[in-house]
Amino acid sequence: MSRHLLSAADLTADQAWEILDSAEQMDAIQNREVKKLPALRGRTVVNLFFEDSTRTRSSFEIAGKWLSADVINVSAKGSSVSKGESLRDTALTVAALGVDALVVRHNASGAVQRITEWVGCSVINAGDGTHEHPTQALLDAFALRRRLGDLAGRHIVIVGDLTHSRVARSNVLLLHTLGAQVTLVAPPTLMPAGVAGWGCTTSWDLDATLAGKVAGDVDAVMMLRVQRERMSGGYFPSEREYAIGYGLGSARLDLLPEHAPVLHPGPMNRGLEISSVAADSPRSLVLDQVRAGVAVRMAVLYHVVAGADPATELEVRA
Amino acid sequence: MILLRGARPLGGPAVDVLLADGRIAGLGDRIEAPDGAELIDAGGAVLLPGLVDLHTHLREPGREDTETVATGSAAAALGGFTAVHAMANTNPVADTAEIVEQVLALGRRAGLVDVRPVGAVSAGLAGERLAELGGMARSAAAVRVFSDDGRCVSDARLMRRALEYLKPFDAVLAQHAQDPRLADGAACAHEGELSGRLGLPGWPSVAEESIVARDVMLARHTGGRLHVCHVSTAGTVEVVRWAKAQGIEVTAEVTPHHLLLTCDLLTGYDPVFKVNPPLRPAEDVEALRAGLADGTIDAVATDHAPHASHDKDHAFADAAFGMLGLQTALGVVIATMVETGLLDWAGLADRMSVRPAVIGRLAGHGRPIVVGEPANLTLVDPGRRWQVRPAELASIARNTPFAGRELPGTVLATFLRGRPTVRDGLLAESRVVAG
Amino acid sequence: MPGHATPAPDSRAADPGGKTVLQPDDVGRVLDRIAHQILEKTHGGADLVLLGIPSRGEPLARRLASRIEAFGGVPVALGTLDITLYRDDLRSKAVRPLGRTVEPAGGIDGKLVVLVDDVLFSGRTVRAALDALTDLGRPRAVQLAVLIDRGHRQLPIRADYVGKNLPTSATEQVRVSLTETDGADRVTILEEAG
Repeated sequence: MSRHLLSAADLTADQAWEILDSAEQMDAIQNREVKKLPALRGRTVVNLFFEDSTRTRSSFEIAGKWLSADVINVSAKGSSVSKGESLRDTALTVAALGVDALVVRHNASGAVQRITEWVGCSVINAGDGTHEHPTQALLDAFALRRRLGDLAGRHIVIVGDLTHSRVARSNVLLLHTLGAQVTLVAPPTLMPAGVAGWGCTTSWDLDATLAGKVAGDVDAVMMLRVQRERMSGGYFPSEREYAIGYGLGSARLDLLPEHAPVLHPGPMNRGLEISSVAADSPRSLVLDQVRAGVAVRMAVLYHVVAGADPATELEVRA
Repeated sequence: MILLRGARPLGGPAVDVLLADGRIAGLGDRIEAPDGAELIDAGGAVLLPGLVDLHTHLREPGREDTETVATGSAAAALGGFTAVHAMANTNPVADTAEIVEQVLALGRRAGLVDVRPVGAVSAGLAGERLAELGGMARSAAAVRVFSDDGRCVSDARLMRRALEYLKPFDAVLAQHAQDPRLADGAACAHEGELSGRLGLPGWPSVAEESIVARDVMLARHTGGRLHVCHVSTAGTVEVVRWAKAQGIEVTAEVTPHHLLLTCDLLTGYDPVFKVNPPLRPAEDVEALRAGLADGTIDAVATDHAPHASHDKDHAFADAAFGMLGLQTALGVVIATMVETGLLDWAGLADRMSVRPAVIGRLAGHGRPIVVGEPANLTLVDPGRRWQVRPAELASIARNTPFAGRELPGTVLATFLRGRPTVRDGLLAESRVVAG
Repeated sequence: MPGHATPAPDSRAADPGGKTVLQPDDVGRVLDRIAHQILEKTHGGADLVLLGIPSRGEPLARRLASRIEAFGGVPVALGTLDITLYRDDLRSKAVRPLGRTVEPAGGIDGKLVVLVDDVLFSGRTVRAALDALTDLGRPRAVQLAVLIDRGHRQLPIRADYVGKNLPTSATEQVRVSLTETDGADRVTILEEAG
C-alpha cells in the first residue's frame, strides 16, 4: 500500500477489503477494558487541520491513541494565506517536529496532495476542499458491508449537494472499486460539472430513483448534507423547496425496498435533507457510521503508517 | 553602426543589413562593411521586426520582490521584444499621469525596451468611476492603451462611458473579460469534467464570452475601440469573428500559454499552471490557433505575470494567478504556429510586432524591414533549440509553466533603434556585478 | 464475512520436498498424547481455555479441544489470539493483514489459558502472544502447547506441552502442513534455498 492515502482511488479492491477486514478486528477493541493496541507505539501522528472539524479530528485522535501512537492536534485554521505564511512553510514547520504521519484537513482541494510534495512522512487526507474524504468513504463501506454483505453488484443512491461534496466523490470512486453501481440524484444546479464522466447514472427525480424506476432496485441511499456554509451562489430558491424535492422523509422511505439502509455522513440538517423520522428509523446507519469511524481510521493508520520507515531524520524535498 | 551578414528578413533570402543612426541604412546582397562598423554574422537567422507586447506586468511600483521595470525589460529584450505595454495593476495603481510618467522614466532608465505604460480605466481599478484617462493620455507617457486588467470592467454603464470618453485620444480599451457573477475571485479552473473531478471552483467559458459579446455591441453603439485581452475560448473567437465581419472596431490578443497548454495539466494541482483566464481543453486551444492564423486574433500578448514562490506555494485555490512569458513567447509561438505551418514568418511578424504596434499606436515599431525605417529588430535562429531553466531566466520570479521544456527559436540579437540590447543571446550591457 | 478469505490450501502438502519427520498418522497420535497430557496436568481442565495462534495454531487448538472433550468429557472453551499487532518486527516488514482474535464466551480472566501454536522457534511469537493476552485480560496462568519445538530460542520461553522435539540447524526450514489449511497433515524439514 502507498505511504499516503489521498484519494479513494488510491486503493485497489483488495487493499480496500484489507483495510475493512482489519477494521473489523480493530472494532473489537471498543469492548475491551484496556483499549490499546501497540501497532503505532513510539510513532507520532499529527492532526494538521486547516479547517474546523471536531468529529473527524476526534475520530483520528482516538484511533491514533488506541494504536499507542503519540497524537497531537495542530489547528492551522487562519494560518497560511491570511497570515502570509505559505502552505509549504506551515507544512514543513510541523513536519520538522519529527512526525511519522500527518493527518490533514484543508478547505482547498488538492492542498493535501501538495503537502506530500514537501514533507517526507506519510500523509492521510482527512478532507480537502470539495475534492475527497477517503476515510469517510471507507467507513461508509464498512457500515454498508455489515448491513448488506458483499457490495459487488449493489445499487447505491447518493443524494444532495454533489457539486460541493468530497464525501460524494470519494464514495463514487470507492463504491465503483468495490463493484457497486451508483446513481446520483440532485437538482441540476447541484450536479457537478462533467458528472457524465463519473460512470454513474444521474437523475433529477428522487422519487422515481428510490422506487427503482431509474436504475433498478435500490440497495442503499446516502443523503448528503446541504452545505450552507459552502454555498453562497443561490443554487436553489429555498430550504422548503429543497426539502420537498430532495429531502428524505417517511413517504420516500416507504419507496425503498425493505432491506435498504439510509446513510448520512453527518452532521444532519434534520428537516432539510433528512427528516427526523428517517434519521431515527431502524434503517438508519448513521450511528453505525460514527462508530465505524474510529475502527476504520485505526485500520487506515495501521496500513499506511505502521510498516513505513520511522522518521528518524527530517526528510525535506526541495 | 552594425552590419548584419546573412540575415533572412521574414524568413526570405539571406541579405546583409546595415544599421546606422538608429535606422536601417542599407539592405542588399553584399554590403561593404564601413569603417568602425560592428560585424555580426547572422548565419542565416531570421530577421523580424522587434516584437511588441501589448500585455505585460512589470510589478513596479509595489512588488519589486518579483520583478522590476529593469528586470522585466531584460527579460523582454532577451525574448526578442523592443517594446512592451506595462499593465496598470501596480501598487499604487497607474491611474494618474504621475504614476504612468514614473513607469515611463523607469523604462527609459533601464534602456532595454520601450516601456509603454498602460493606464487604468477606473480609479484604483475599483470599477466604479473613470480614472483620469485624459490626463494619462496627455502625459509624457502618451498612454494609448487603457485597461483594468486583473479585473473586468463589468459595469455596463462604466464600460460604455469609457469607450466613449477615449475616442478623442485615439486610445483603445483593453478588457479583461470575466463576468464576476459567473466566475468570481475563487474561480480558478476551466469549468468542466476536470474541475468537477478535482473539486476546483469552475471558471466557465461563458463568463468570458458573455462579456465579449456585450462589449462588441457597446463598441458598435459607441464607435469606440475595443481590444479583448487574453482570449481563451472558442466561443470568444466566434464572437470576435462575427464582430469584425460587422465592421466593429475590435481587436484581440492571445497568450502563448493558451496556444500550447491545456487544462489537464491541473491534475497535479500545481499552481504554476494557475492563470487567469484558466487553461482550457484542447478544443479551445485549436480554435485559438485557428483564430490567430486567420487573423481573427490580431496579436500574441504574453500577459507576463511574475509571482514570488511564497505566493504560489499554497493550495491551488489559494495561490496567485499568473505565469512568466516574456522570454518564452517567441519559442512557443514558433512551436505552435510556425512549425505546424499555421503561420509563416511574415504572419508571425504581423501578429507579434506589426499589429500590436498599430493597436497600441506605437510609432517606430512593427515597421517593414526596408531602408529608412527605425532599426527595431530581432534576430532569431529558429533551428536552435533551448531548454527553459527557471533559474537562468532574467526575471526575478521563477513561475514559468514551461520549466524543463525544450523550445525552438533562440534569440541571437535584439536591436532597439540600432543599438544591440541583446548580442549572442545575452544582454549586451552586462549587468553582472563584478567580483 | 465477505472479503475475509480463509487461506487457500497450497501445494506444499502435495509435494513438500525435504525430509518428512511426521506422517499424517503421527500428527494424530501426537495430538492425542498432548490432549491427555493437558488433561493430566490441569486435573481435568475445569477452567481451561485453549487459544490458537493463527494461522495453523487455530486448527490445532480446535483439534485439541475436541480431543480433550472426547477424553475428558468436559466441554473446553476455545478461541483464537492474533498476534500481528504485537510483533516486534512491525516496522521492519511490510504491513501484514490482521488475523482474527476471538475470545470464548466466558472470557479469559481467572482462567488457565493454553496457547497453541504449530512451531516454537525463537520464542518471539509467544512473547507477542503474552503481550496480546495482557491486553485481553488477566488469566490465572498461561501455558504453551506446540506441535514442534525446533530449538534456537532467542528469548527465555519454554513450552509446557511438546508434540515432538526436532533438533534443527538454523538454516533449515520446518514446514507444518495441516488438512484444514494445506490439504493434508505432514511435518517436513527442508534446507533453506540459496
